[in-house]
Amino acid sequence: MSRLSLVWSSLFRRKIRTLLTLLSVVVAFLLFGLLRSVADAFTVGVDIAGVDRLVVSPKYSIIDPLPIAHLNQIAAVSGVTAVTQAGWFGGIYQDRSKFFPKYPVDPRGYFELYPEYRIDPAQLDAFAATRIGAVAPKQLAEEFGWQIGDRIPIEADIWPKRGGDRNWEFELVGVYDAPTLEVQPVEFLFQYDYFDEARQYGTGGVGWFIVRVDDPAHSAEVARTIDALFENSPNATRTATEAEFAMQFANQVGDIGLMMTGILGAVFFTILLLTANTMAQALRERIPELAVMKTLGFTDVGVATLVLGEAMLLCLLGGMFGLCIAVALEHQIAIAIKGILPTFSISAGTLIMGALLAAGLGIAVGLVPALRARRLAIVDALRGH
Amino acid sequence: MWRQIIEITVMNLRNLPARIGASSVIVVGIAGVVGVLVALISMAIGFRAALENTGAPDRAIVLRGGSGGELASGIGITDVAIVETMEGIVVSSPEFFAIADVPKRSSATPANLVVRGVTASAFELRPELRIVAGRGFEPGRRELIAGVGAIAEFAGIDLDADVAFRDSSWRIVGVFESRGDANESEVWADLPVAQDAFRRSGAVSSMRVKLDSPARAAELTRRIDEDPRLDLALTPEVDYYSAQAAGLSALITGFGNVVATIMAVGAVFAALNTMYAAVSSRTIEIATLRAIGFSGTPVVISVMIEALLLAVLGGVLGAAIAYGAFNGNTISTLGDGFSQVAFDFAVTPSLIATGIAWAVALGAVGGLFPAVRAARLPITTALRGE
Repeated sequence: MSRLSLVWSSLFRRKIRTLLTLLSVVVAFLLFGLLRSVADAFTVGVDIAGVDRLVVSPKYSIIDPLPIAHLNQIAAVSGVTAVTQAGWFGGIYQDRSKFFPKYPVDPRGYFELYPEYRIDPAQLDAFAATRIGAVAPKQLAEEFGWQIGDRIPIEADIWPKRGGDRNWEFELVGVYDAPTLEVQPVEFLFQYDYFDEARQYGTGGVGWFIVRVDDPAHSAEVARTIDALFENSPNATRTATEAEFAMQFANQVGDIGLMMTGILGAVFFTILLLTANTMAQALRERIPELAVMKTLGFTDVGVATLVLGEAMLLCLLGGMFGLCIAVALEHQIAIAIKGILPTFSISAGTLIMGALLAAGLGIAVGLVPALRARRLAIVDALRGH
Repeated sequence: MWRQIIEITVMNLRNLPARIGASSVIVVGIAGVVGVLVALISMAIGFRAALENTGAPDRAIVLRGGSGGELASGIGITDVAIVETMEGIVVSSPEFFAIADVPKRSSATPANLVVRGVTASAFELRPELRIVAGRGFEPGRRELIAGVGAIAEFAGIDLDADVAFRDSSWRIVGVFESRGDANESEVWADLPVAQDAFRRSGAVSSMRVKLDSPARAAELTRRIDEDPRLDLALTPEVDYYSAQAAGLSALITGFGNVVATIMAVGAVFAALNTMYAAVSSRTIEIATLRAIGFSGTPVVISVMIEALLLAVLGGVLGAAIAYGAFNGNTISTLGDGFSQVAFDFAVTPSLIATGIAWAVALGAVGGLFPAVRAARLPITTALRGE
């Protein structure tokens, strides 16, 4: 009988008890997989952010416009290899609950700054050439069933057209995706030039600039130079890496990471207590049995390893099932909460962390019984005190 | 029958201390479920209360048509004049709404603080607002009054502190309270001074109006819709704020229920485990009772009572921990209007009742199957001991 099968058979000696304990461990890891991913979804901008990209936003408030004239001045800063602009359109497609971000951009400039976004060159040409043209992420186009050539009506909330008309209409000329990214982009893009001409007020303003630097090592210096350039103008800027910019938004929502950690802490404390209790109970019942094994020639360490192995096996099995269920549910959950967290997905990092946690839990609950098993004196144990 | 139930139950409970380790698993497991449930839902309740308290039935908000919120809205001076003189409007308060980047105390990263420019009629319109420290701002000066929520959440927002918005420095001269509503998350300034500082002279963001009766709102909404000069929308404050609260509070409540349900599954397994162990450690005792004439039902009921008592204990413990740790704590989040809304966790009596109801349900499920097994034990085999 191999070691593993010995561990296996002693684990399933009490089927119902082991099964119930196993299921509660499964539940703990299912929750771990899901909650960790929710926390990740809030900070996802940080991960997709390119290190050589900076974001130049208004210094005092995100609602202030920056003049488009900043573009040329930023482009002239040494160390800047490319710069483009984007902005927040708001807007409602069908109804408010189906929200997705919409940015007025310079078609070629935007895709140059985001080389990880893949678009058919002919579609990019069409985007640059079509005044009311727009491109959508592939997932979004699929979700709404948009075809190339479709007219997409969007109702303005912030930006009415000149004359007060709130109805904008864009023509879908292309779709794009980002095959190298784990999390797909979500922004609907249209021409800045058309938007700027047609809007009622705010002409010549943009939301933020995106800058590429020649070397990530120069980022801090380039950021300082850009901010210094506009410091005494009425349109002062704040330049940060993409990661910092994204973090600002995540932090605005609240400390989601801390909240998820709190809940998971409560879950794992409960499971730890429960599993440890089961293991201790299992050990107590088997003291005579362990003594017999020691009599037969199993070493102290060997017996302790068996007991520890049992706890490890239980936790690893539970962890594996729990994480598998989380992965199986991932797609459905992602669809259900897409409106709120468009980037929900379970990352490899979460799965690895879960596996390590399962091993750690196994050690935590198995260690004390294992040590007791090791110290067990054969005579006392056989006497069945 | 009743005597049998009482006797067995009392006997069970007397030897409960001997099984304290195993029994505490039920208590802790259920305390975890109820604690997480109560903590999360108290957040949703607190958020909704903060927003819904802001509205009053006889007040309404006027925004540019289609704008949906104060940040996106803008109203020209001529439109303000038209609305002000409409019949049925008792007080009207043109207001300017902007957001400024100010670091939060908790994260030190910039967050959106609402700066509201108001005239004297804003205070007339909102009698619930009281200055609790310092004084009101003086018209024409760069002075602010800060809500208690803004002070709690934002770094550098304190009485008598100077804060830098834009190129200029503002002094906080007063602190106000307003029934814990969303206004408390804001700082207020004199309307023309704020418009000038934020370079938005000539237009306001919204108008608040007090109506001569709540019933007037529908009529005014129609009159404004039909007026060809106006592209505005009037919404009763109560509707406006409950729409703003709906999304996030539904999200948190839904999330809380899902997480608690998944945890509850784990806790039921734990409870089953414990109660099966409790029954099996008492096999001989139960069989003896049966042999001397006790029937099965009292045995089932006594096991159920034990499970329920432990569960309720867990529920009370979980709710108490959530209450002690969170009730009244102020946190803030990004509200619908793209601005920070500070609110308090609200652990209400009905929420505690919900938590304990969950505990009872979990205890009932966790006790039922082991109880049935206890009653079905074949007496002779059981007496022989395994």
